[in-house]
Order: sequence, then C-alpha cells, then structure tokens
Amino acid sequence: MAEKIVIIGAGQAGGQAAQSLRSGGFEGSITLIGDEPHAPYQRPPLSKKYLMGEMDVDRIELKPKSFYAGADIDLRLKTRAEQIDRAGHTVSLSTGEIVEYDKLILATGSCVRELPIPGADLPQVFYLRTVDDVDGIRGVLKDGSRMAIIGGGYIGLEVAAVALKLGARVTVVEMADRVMNRVVAPEVSAFFEKLHSDAGVDLRVNAGVTKILDQAGNVAGVECGDGTTIPADIVVIGVGILPCDELAKSAGLDVDDGIVVDEFAQTSDPDILAAGDCTSLPSELVGRRIRLESVQNAIDQAKAVANTLLGNKKSYNEVPWFWSDQYDIKLQIAGLSFGHDQTVVRGNPDEKSFAVFYLKEGAIIAVDAINAVPEFMIGKRLVGAAAKIDPSTLADMSVSMKEMMQK
Amino acid sequence: MAKITYIEHDGTEHTIDVANGLSVMEGAIKNSIPGIDADCGGACACATCHVYVDPEWVEKTGTKEDMEQTMLDFAVDVEETSRLSCQIEVSDELDGLVVRLPQSQH
Repeated sequence: MAEKIVIIGAGQAGGQAAQSLRSGGFEGSITLIGDEPHAPYQRPPLSKKYLMGEMDVDRIELKPKSFYAGADIDLRLKTRAEQIDRAGHTVSLSTGEIVEYDKLILATGSCVRELPIPGADLPQVFYLRTVDDVDGIRGVLKDGSRMAIIGGGYIGLEVAAVALKLGARVTVVEMADRVMNRVVAPEVSAFFEKLHSDAGVDLRVNAGVTKILDQAGNVAGVECGDGTTIPADIVVIGVGILPCDELAKSAGLDVDDGIVVDEFAQTSDPDILAAGDCTSLPSELVGRRIRLESVQNAIDQAKAVANTLLGNKKSYNEVPWFWSDQYDIKLQIAGLSFGHDQTVVRGNPDEKSFAVFYLKEGAIIAVDAINAVPEFMIGKRLVGAAAKIDPSTLADMSVSMKEMMQK
Repeated sequence: MAKITYIEHDGTEHTIDVANGLSVMEGAIKNSIPGIDADCGGACACATCHVYVDPEWVEKTGTKEDMEQTMLDFAVDVEETSRLSCQIEVSDELDGLVVRLPQSQH
C-alpha cells in the first residue's frame, strides 16, 4: 500500500477523499493542498444560506479545523500546486516546496467561465465560486441595491432569490430563450420564469450582455446586444464553469473536457487518481463520458478514489442528482436527460408541485421534480433501474409513486 | 449546548457536546460520527442523515415538516421515530438526547 498520498484541491472532493482514506484505515501520510484560505467547505450553501447570511464559514466547513490535525492530515491552505513531476513522483508548490507522493489525487474542481466583456474587471462585478466571492458580494449588497445578474442558471437564479429577499432590485439577463436551459425541461423553465417574475425579478431571456457600464471606476449598469441598458450597482456573472484540468494537461495526463478517469477514478497514470468536477468519467447510464458539476459526484467519486486506494475497488456508477433552492421551491433532479426522446409531465405546475420525467426508448432516464419529493426519491430508483413505465400511467396522479415501483 | 448520544447500528455509542443552533446532523458530521452522511449538507434534499430518535425524546425534538415527512416516506428502514437529523435544531432543551443510526447508512 501507498505510504504518501498527496491530494491537490481542498474542496468537497479533496476533503472527502482525505476523510474517507482515514476512516477506511489508511495510516500513511496525507497532504491536502488548497489554494483558498479556507479549510474544505460546502459550496452549495454559498448561493443560498451563506449569501443570505444565515450561515457563517465555520458552519459550512466540512469538518472543524481541529479535525485535520487530529486525523494527522497535513492541510496546506493558500498553496497552489504548480507542477507534477510524474517520473519523480513529486509536486512542486507555490511555496517553493516540493512534496513527494506514492499516489496523487487530483481534486482541482472547476473554475468559473469568464465573460471577457468590457467592464468585467470593475470592482462591483462578481463571479460566485468561493466564500471570498460571496463575501465580496455581501460587502456591497445593501437594501435597495440594483443587481444585474448575467446568466439564468442555478447560480444566477439562486442569487436572484436571495438578493431579492435582502432588499435588492434584481434583473436577470439570460442569453438562451429560457432559464436553466441546459439542465431542465421547458415546462420547468417556464415555471421558474413565472416564479421569479411574480416575486419581482426583471427577467430577460434571449438577451446577451455585451458591456458592463463604467462610471468613474464603478459599475453603472449593463448593456445588452440590442443596445438596451439596465442600470445596476452590482453585477453577478454566472455563466457556467469549466473543469480545472490545466495541471493534469501539463503533466501529460489524458484530458478531454476534464481529466479522463475510469470507473475506479483512475487517470491514465496508475499512480494518479481524480475526483469531482475536474473529471471526465464514463457513465453507464448515458453510454459515454460525461462531466458532472455536482456535490453528489464530488463526494461519491472521492469515496471511489479512497476505495480504490484502500484496495476495495468498486465501480462508481451512482445515479447523479442535483438540487436547487429558490424561494420556497425545491428543485430536485435525478439522472441525466441527454438523448431523451419523450417527456412526461406529472402533476400541475399551477399547484407548485409537479415533475417532468425524461424517457429514452421507453425507459426513464431522468426526472426534474419541483416540490415533488416522491417523484424525486422514487424517480431516482426508477432511473437506476432504467424502468419502463407506460407514459399515461406515469402521468396518472391516481397512481402513487410507491405503486409506480411495482409497475 | 446539549449533550447528544449517537448510537451506531452496531451499538457503539458516541456522546458529544453540540452547540445550540446547529442541527443534530451537523453535530455528528463535525465530530466524525460514522453512519450519518448528509450529502446535501442539510438542505433536506437527500435523506442520508436519517436517525431514530429515542422514544423518550420524540416530543422534545419537535414535529416534522411536510418536506421532511415525505423524504422519510421514501427512505430505507423507516420507523415511527425516524427523523432527518438535519431538521432537528439543537437547544438546551435537547440536553441528553439519544439517537440511533440506521444500518442502511453504515
């Protein structure tokens, strides 16, 4: 067994891998390297309760800081891994230090997709990926602030809901013809568009921001492609994330929109594994390689890394799931809808509780559930089983989801 | 502050002090009690922080909201006293609380 394990990336995947190695009985050294100043923390609350101010950093940390010393995990914060020497089995750090490894885990996560438009470097323009990003937003967000959000995805819409509650006037500008278009069905987009509009968000689809307006070095608004301007004091950009795979690429590992790993989280180098947002992993459900931007994948794939290193190799092929909280609505998604040829709506959007099932050749491959826990919980199992249920039965509310399990 | 005893499915007991305002789930996670996963971090979205509340404590731990009840309806090995521990907020009132952890989260 390996003696020295080095983990690059102290996010959810890196933190989980370290914990799982220790709880699984690994007795060698663990070095956990992160470039942020914070110990591993949960990212999902950042655009929700942390932005709202309902949770502080200590609360969202995966483990108290004392855990790492107690578990003999050498946690190095504010430290970047600069280069991997695969032949020499070493990693050089931004501190000038060189650390040796027997096995290396890449948990480098993802980076925000930047929007290279004029004004994007103004002080009141924010992305949202880290605690420090949210602290920045909280530092300028006041009751009555005017916030323009570029991108109507999970991040943009969650921020809109919170900012509105905090007293801001909010505009969301989305380039596509509907919000969350990459991840949910048109019926679900329509539901959330109405939800946000009813709450008071000025939502504009089919609109791209071309410029952030600058007034004496401060944000004054945004300008759209058609020349429309929207006054604003704060701009939040949420236009997607990209895998942080540069380090792997420069080390010569196989990279293809993410670090290529197998079902055991092994990269093309037998001594290097990877987990979380940074990976491109094989999906049995979809039948090709995919990338998953989710906390569920970060945790489960990190556990797979630990299992592989501990000698209990188990093929990692969990049904992916996602969720989003906006106002009093919980959106839960199970599975991946790529390649669906049919959708079935169950329930009534007007009642603020419904679900959309995605079918491919008759088998359920994904579900979007809006305040519809049974549809989500049972739907996840149906996706895992690639269950075939007659669409008219699936849409029939007189057949409960529990009964659906027997179909 | 409340002293909470978490009993693993194999009978191993862990008694720890948990600060007011945290959830029973967070007390377990921060102290590395095995058997509570809490993948979603307490958003009532995953049902992996399922516990059985000791019958004597059921009343003091409060009532389940609809979302929690429905999540539990579809969790594994649910019993009368099942709760999602992310939805139980710790207070002085809960000093001495005992919860058991299900085998399914082992």
